[in-house]
Amino acid sequence: MTVVLPGAALPRATPDPVTPRGIPHRGGDVNPSVDALRSRFGTVIDRHEVTWGETCVWIDAATIREVVLWLRDDPAQQYDYLVDVTAVEHRDLELPLEMVWHLRSLPFRRFLRIKATLDKDAVLEVPSIEPVYKAANWLEREVFDMFGINFAGHSDMRRILMWDAYSEGHPLRKDFPLRGRFSRSEQLTQALGANPEAPYAMEELSVAAAFHELPADMRARLLAEKGKG
Amino acid sequence: MATTTRTLDVPLSTPMPGPNGTVRRAPLTADASGMVSPIDLPPGTEPDMESERMLINIGPQHPATHGVLRLLLELDGETVIRCVPYIGYLHCGFEKLGEYRQYNQIIPWTDREVYLNSMGNNIAYALGAERLFGIEITPRCTVLRVIAMELSRIISHLVWLGATAVDIGALTPFFWTFQERETVYNLWESWVGARLTTSASRIGGMAADLPPGWVEGLKGFLRSLPKTLDETDRMLTRNGIWVGRTVGLGVMSASEATNYGLSGPMLRASGVAYDVRKDFPYLDYETYDFDIAVGTKGDVYDRYLVRMEEMRQSVRIIEQALARLPDGPINVDDPRVILPAKSKSTSEMESMIHHFKLVMEGPRPPIGECYVPTESPKGEKGYYMVSDGTSKPVRWRIRPPAFVNLSAISKMAEGHLLSDVIVINASIDIVMGEIDR
Repeated sequence: MTVVLPGAALPRATPDPVTPRGIPHRGGDVNPSVDALRSRFGTVIDRHEVTWGETCVWIDAATIREVVLWLRDDPAQQYDYLVDVTAVEHRDLELPLEMVWHLRSLPFRRFLRIKATLDKDAVLEVPSIEPVYKAANWLEREVFDMFGINFAGHSDMRRILMWDAYSEGHPLRKDFPLRGRFSRSEQLTQALGANPEAPYAMEELSVAAAFHELPADMRARLLAEKGKG
Repeated sequence: MATTTRTLDVPLSTPMPGPNGTVRRAPLTADASGMVSPIDLPPGTEPDMESERMLINIGPQHPATHGVLRLLLELDGETVIRCVPYIGYLHCGFEKLGEYRQYNQIIPWTDREVYLNSMGNNIAYALGAERLFGIEITPRCTVLRVIAMELSRIISHLVWLGATAVDIGALTPFFWTFQERETVYNLWESWVGARLTTSASRIGGMAADLPPGWVEGLKGFLRSLPKTLDETDRMLTRNGIWVGRTVGLGVMSASEATNYGLSGPMLRASGVAYDVRKDFPYLDYETYDFDIAVGTKGDVYDRYLVRMEEMRQSVRIIEQALARLPDGPINVDDPRVILPAKSKSTSEMESMIHHFKLVMEGPRPPIGECYVPTESPKGEKGYYMVSDGTSKPVRWRIRPPAFVNLSAISKMAEGHLLSDVIVINASIDIVMGEIDR
C-alpha cells in the first residue's frame, strides 16, 4: 500500500499551508472550484459568497448528487472527502431551511461548503449522496432524525439518535420546544406505560431465532410485514 | 401429545445456501400451546444447523463496548455476517441546547462530548468562535493552547491504549497508562481547578494563566511518559498475543477510508497522511517540527502503532512549545468578549456596566458562519457555527469524528470472528458522549 499524500495534486512550488491570519469577514480569495462548477453546471449554481475565508456555493438541491459526483471525479477538483452533512433552520421562520454539505479535496487542500435551500411548505427531500460518499450514511440519517429532511436513494433511512418509534417530531427544528413536547411527569408516565419490546426494530426481530417466544401481537405484525414484502 | 411439524416461516435476512445450493431450514416442532422445541423432532430427523443464524446483542450496557453502544450481530457459527450498530443512548441534545445559550456558556458542553479530550474540545470550540468574532489570540495563549491540546491527545491515547489492552487480555498496561494520565489530571487541576471537565478556554483566551511550578510539573511528566511508552511498547508491540489478535483485523484501504470519511489515526493507519495540523494548520502548528505517523495496512495493529507514535510526536511538540513559551497576556484586549478586571468592575461604573452587559447579554458576533477543523485524538473535530448577529448561535454543529468512524464498523467487522468485533470496536476509539451528543 502506498501512502496517500494530501496536497499531491498541487504544483510543486506551492508553499506549505500556514495558519490563516487576518481573515476578512466578507470577501477574500474565492475557491477556484466555484468557477469550474459554473462553467460545468451553469445556472444550477446559484450564487457564492466568502465568509471568514470559507467559500460557500448555493446550488439547486435536486442536483446535489451530480454536483458532488463531478466534484469527486473531476481530476481538477478531486473532492474525495466528505466532512459533514447538516442542515440549518433560522430563527426567522420566514427563511427557508438550508442543507449544508462540507467537502474537502485532500489532493488540492481545498474546502468547499455547498448549500441548498429547502422550502418548508414543500416535501422536505433531497437526493442522498451516500452512493458517492459512504460517510454520508450516518450523517444523512442524523439530518433526517433531527430535521425531518428525507434523503432519496439512501440505503437505510432510519432515525439514528432518537429511537425508531419516536413520534414527537424532529428535535433540531425551531418549532420543537427545548424541553420536549411533554412535561417531565407525562414523559415518565409514558415511559412506564410503554411496551418494552417497541424499541426493537422489525428487521432485527425478524431474524430472531426466538420468534415463537415473541408476544402474539408482535408475531402477527411481523408476519404482516413479511406479507407486504 | 400430538405434535405438528412446521418450518420457521420468518425470513432470514440473507439466507446462506446449503451445500447443494438450496436454502434449508431446520424443521421445528410445535406442540398445541405453540411452544417449539428441537427436542420434539420426529425420530430419525436431525436439526439442520447449516443455515442457522444466531443473533447476538452486545450492549448497550457492556464493558467492552466502551460506552452505551449497542451492536447487533448476526452470526454464522462464530463468524459475523452482519453488524448493525445502534446508537443514541447518550443523546443529550447539546446542539439544541447550544441554540439557547450564549457563546461562552457552550464551553462546558464541549467538555462533556469527549471527556478524555475535554481541554482539546474547549480550545477547538474557542477557535471556531474566535473565527466567528474575527479575533486573533495572543502569542502566549497560542502556545498554551498547543500544550493543552497535545497533552489532551496524549491522555486520550493513553486511555485508549490501556482500555484496548484490557479488551485483548493484557491488564498491566492499563495501570501504567492510567498512572501517567493521573499526572496530567493533576496538572489540569492545578491549572483550571477541574480534572475531567476543564472548561478551560474562553472566547479570546483562557480561563486562567499557568500557576507557579506548572511548567516544572509538565517537564516531569515529559520525562516519565516516554519511559512508560517504552515499557508498553516492549510489552505489546512484539507480543505474540497482541500481534495475533490485531494484525489483519478490520482492514480499510486508503480509498475506502477516505470514502467512509474516517479521520485521525483511523485514516492515517490506512496510509492517508492527512492531519489537520499539517494540511489546514491552526495555532501555528506549521512552525513546530513534528512528523505524521502513517500506517501501511490499515488494520488494528497499524492503528495501535500510529497512536503510539502520535504520543511521542506530541511530546516533541510540547517540548518545542515550552521552549518558546512567551510572556504576556493570555487574553486578547478586546472589550467585545473579555471581561474587565475584577478590581475595575467593582470600583468603576463603566467597567461594572461593561461586565454586566457581557455576562447578562453576552458577546455578539457579526452575522456569518464558519467551520474550523482541528485534529482531535479521534480525528477531525470541527465546530460549524452560524450566527445571526445575536448573542446565541442559530446553529452549533459538532463534526463528530468518532461518529463517522463508527459508521464504518459494519464494514470492518463483517467476516471476522465475534471476539474480533470487540477489538475492532476498541480500535475506533469511540466515546459515546461525542457520538450521541
